[in-house]
Amino acid sequence: MAQSLTHGEMSLPADWRDLFALTKPRVMSLVVFTALCGLLAAPGSVHPVLAFSSILAIALGAGASGALNQWYEATIDAKMKRTANRPLPAGRLDRQTALQFGVGLAAFSVFLMLFAANWQAAVLLTVSILFYVFIYTMWLKPRTPQNIVIGGAAGAFPPLIGWVAATGSVAPLPIALFLLIFLWTPPHFWALALFVRSDYAAAGIPMMPVVAGERATRRQILFYAIVMAAAAIAPWPLGYTGALYGWTATILSALFVLLSAQVGLRSAGADDRMQPEKRLFAFSIAYLFILFGAVVADHWLPL
Amino acid sequence: MTDENPQQPFDEAEYRRRQRVRANLMGWILGGLAFLFFFITMARMVVPT
Repeated sequence: MAQSLTHGEMSLPADWRDLFALTKPRVMSLVVFTALCGLLAAPGSVHPVLAFSSILAIALGAGASGALNQWYEATIDAKMKRTANRPLPAGRLDRQTALQFGVGLAAFSVFLMLFAANWQAAVLLTVSILFYVFIYTMWLKPRTPQNIVIGGAAGAFPPLIGWVAATGSVAPLPIALFLLIFLWTPPHFWALALFVRSDYAAAGIPMMPVVAGERATRRQILFYAIVMAAAAIAPWPLGYTGALYGWTATILSALFVLLSAQVGLRSAGADDRMQPEKRLFAFSIAYLFILFGAVVADHWLPL
Repeated sequence: MTDENPQQPFDEAEYRRRQRVRANLMGWILGGLAFLFFFITMARMVVPT
């Protein structure tokens, strides 16, 4: 792949923007936000420098996971319109550089977490990176349409790590937040998979719409949205959060279920523009941001 | 992908530019890390474990 950048024995060093793109910055922003919310919702106070360093470690860990994911999936990415312009399939970066960058970043992120927070958070960060790379990327994704369901656990780790970095222990609320992201992932990604279905089919990835069909996917989206809504509201009656979070979760989850029902109870025609699916996908991102913001607001501004 | 265009000329100016940018960036990152590790050490001294 790097041959286009070589001449004789020399090759161009990687452009920093391509290395940055390897870390999937947009995914990282959600990871950083949920981790920060986990850290801020934890009881007690954390020294600002240690809090910043812990979040930086989580961000670098997420970036490393993204880089290793792109390293492993370079040939698959080349087959999909959505990912064909990433640095590796586009030939702007060679795989060896991506691998070294990913492994180096992963090792450094764990070391930083160990130095700035505690060994418990460092262990959790290591598990989340290994889970994303080995369990999700290498094992589940190319084999089963349930890849998103189990793989969702990898994305659910950040608030838990943030909490553990602040307290050194696990509690029911961060587990509830873990569960919330875990159950949020299937409807979020399947909504996307419905409108980029041909892309996944071309790459041979067994995403739910490709393997089980559109109808089954739509039903599963609605099913997971209902279970997710219950999990999102549960911390309120269980006494882990207050009314501010409770009402926010109730209203937003009702909206989420409504949008999922629009997707779940319809079938798309040949020239369908997939507006309900795109709406659900966009809303699901805002949903998670607002809900996690509410967890923090609820902790600091109890009603 | 890339094999379709194997005769792309080697751009030495681009090579130098990338080296310079990466060297600058590495300097800033290492400097930033030195400060960060110093402040983490200071913070850990004032925070009871």
